[in-house]
Amino acid sequence: MSRIRSDYEKTFGYRFRHFVEGDLPEKNEELTIEELYARCPKEEEEHVLTTADLPKDPFLHHDEEGQADFAAIKEQDPAEDARRFAEITGIRWFKKVYQFSAMILCICIITMLIITVTHMPIHGSSDTPTSNEVMDRYLEKGLKETGSPNLVTGMILQYRAFDTFGETNVLFISTCVVMLLLMAPKKEGHKEEKEDKKKIPEEKFEPEGDIILGTVARIAVPMILLFGLYILLNGHLSPGGGFSGGAIMGAGLILHCVAFGFSKTARFFNEHVYEVVKVGSLCLYAMIITYYLFTGANGIASVVPLGTVGNIISSGLILPINILVGLEVACTMYAFYAFFRKGGF
Amino acid sequence: MTDVIMILLLMFLIVCAVGVSFTKSLLVSIVIFMSYSLIMSIIWIFLESPDLAITEAAVGAGVTSVLFFVTLRKINAVEEDGNNEPDQKRL
Repeated sequence: MSRIRSDYEKTFGYRFRHFVEGDLPEKNEELTIEELYARCPKEEEEHVLTTADLPKDPFLHHDEEGQADFAAIKEQDPAEDARRFAEITGIRWFKKVYQFSAMILCICIITMLIITVTHMPIHGSSDTPTSNEVMDRYLEKGLKETGSPNLVTGMILQYRAFDTFGETNVLFISTCVVMLLLMAPKKEGHKEEKEDKKKIPEEKFEPEGDIILGTVARIAVPMILLFGLYILLNGHLSPGGGFSGGAIMGAGLILHCVAFGFSKTARFFNEHVYEVVKVGSLCLYAMIITYYLFTGANGIASVVPLGTVGNIISSGLILPINILVGLEVACTMYAFYAFFRKGGF
Repeated sequence: MTDVIMILLLMFLIVCAVGVSFTKSLLVSIVIFMSYSLIMSIIWIFLESPDLAITEAAVGAGVTSVLFFVTLRKINAVEEDGNNEPDQKRL
């Protein structure tokens, strides 16, 4: 398919990178200009010292070699200094041009964006391209077809459920990538060796029992979780929905974990629960989407009743989808925290 | 009245956005970023989209900042003891 390139040094990318970096030699790459500049006079001082030192040596024994060395040093070093000086001034000049051009570019982009914003139609006006027959249909028949007074949720989870499914998959994949990058390796072997090493990090990961945090969390965590659950279950009636409620619940779980430590949180939310909830909710969601696609494509009326508008249990499959998305998001949020903090549950 | 509040909030937003890039300390810049998200969530309420406001407050101000803090601690960019410890020792 694609061959491995061994001639990277000849490519445009390599040369461009070196151009941007000022074509520094590799050992000096991490030094800033100030450091380089500070280094230059220092060496000059050393040379001055050697010139001062050297006449003392001939006082003891006149040596042709020493004088030759001294001459060699004297010849070599000004050139070296000049080269360095040229390099440094070149970098300085380059940096100035670089900053200046970056500033010009930024100002240009900002002006373009502001001009674009001023040409945009007024917020809420009727003669915009977005207010077309699709919006009319959503407004006229949305409540009747989806059964949810919150039209945003009705739109996202009924008319455009497939898009939302893609977004949920993105969340799932992002968690997988975080797991790949940050999960601590679990090795069964070398257990005796690792036991001592393992104990210290465990204590380090456990947050200290802060009394203020603990007291506040004891009151706040149930409220936050309950609020998240409320937003989750009322997604089709009031503002909110799966993602918002799930994010709030995830934040509540993170607060619990920060206040009481991983061991307390693991009592009700460990790796097993996480796996089951995350994969299970995604699979169930996929099944619901399949049902939507099947009935929609074949023109079959959905068997799920819409119920009375305004009840918690109403509007068909929106409520289950909200719950599934919320569980998925809550798991993702907590998993991000756990992986960033400890590399596992 | 709402216009005045809106302009004030937008000014705060700009100040926060500029402040994030001009602070030297990473910790301070995260706190400013957090306040940026909070102001943004209030602006979402003014723009009549409360669901976005809820999400912004939970994700932007809550979870993202926590992840930033955890990362900063992991790369040892935050001093574990804080600045109060040396003062107590001096006393």
